[in-house]
Amino acid sequence: MTSTSSKATYVVGWAAIVGLALSLLFALVLSPPEVNMGDSVRLLYVHLPTIAVSYLGYGITFLGSVIYLRNQSPFWDLLAGAAAEIGVLFTAFVLVTGAIWGKPTWGTYWEWDPRLTATTVMFIMYLGYLAIRRMDLPQEVRSRRAAVVGIIAIANLIIVRYSVQWWRGLHQGQTLGVDTQLDGLMLFSLFLSVVAFLLLGAWLLIHRFRVAWLERQVEDMRLARALSERRGEAGGAALGGVVS
Amino acid sequence: MNHWAFVAAGYLIVFVGIAAYAAWVLTRGRALSGEVPEERRRFLD
Repeated sequence: MTSTSSKATYVVGWAAIVGLALSLLFALVLSPPEVNMGDSVRLLYVHLPTIAVSYLGYGITFLGSVIYLRNQSPFWDLLAGAAAEIGVLFTAFVLVTGAIWGKPTWGTYWEWDPRLTATTVMFIMYLGYLAIRRMDLPQEVRSRRAAVVGIIAIANLIIVRYSVQWWRGLHQGQTLGVDTQLDGLMLFSLFLSVVAFLLLGAWLLIHRFRVAWLERQVEDMRLARALSERRGEAGGAALGGVVS
Repeated sequence: MNHWAFVAAGYLIVFVGIAAYAAWVLTRGRALSGEVPEERRRFLD
């Protein structure tokens, strides 16, 4: 097969498509508007699931980085990188949907609120992580540096998660917790959206990891070819020197 | 302003963004797959 698809990706991919279709139905049609926020509450069903995918991505990056530093396996290094890229993409969605939601509820697209600021810092830090992965350095050095940042950056996730408790700001408290007061249908819609987005995140992660694996193979093959050509040239020159 | 405009903008940005990223990943995977021999295609099944 000349693609990154497999039986697993078909199953996860179709489950994500069905889940997303159902979640759109519940989020945009079946769930009721909220008393204070009106229909803008429907942004919750896309805003919260995107941060769930980001958290999952950054969690995998942390895990992959820790394991990579222990065993130097390219599998964990590439998985960490792929997960971080998906985490960054979904954090961008979190920031954009949050800003859009802010306008009708807070009257402004942006406020330097603790949760928003912490999320922006997290976004920038993981962008830095991705930049390290693209640095022109030997593969092992690049991977090791990225792994160290991948471990340190997890602190952001904790700060973002608890920022609404530690500091006062505009952002509401945690949506899901022991004192959740969401209507039954709203809670179900949210649950469905989170599951659907996590399936989508898993599907993207499998494909992105496989692309990263292929990229690494192409890089290794080019390096091996260049080395072999260099050896051939050196051998030819030495032979030429003996003959002359 | 109608809240539905904000809702539509939010959903549109997310779904179009995801579709564009997924298309890029799949296209890149197809392009690279052809360059890599069978013995180096671990983790692809």
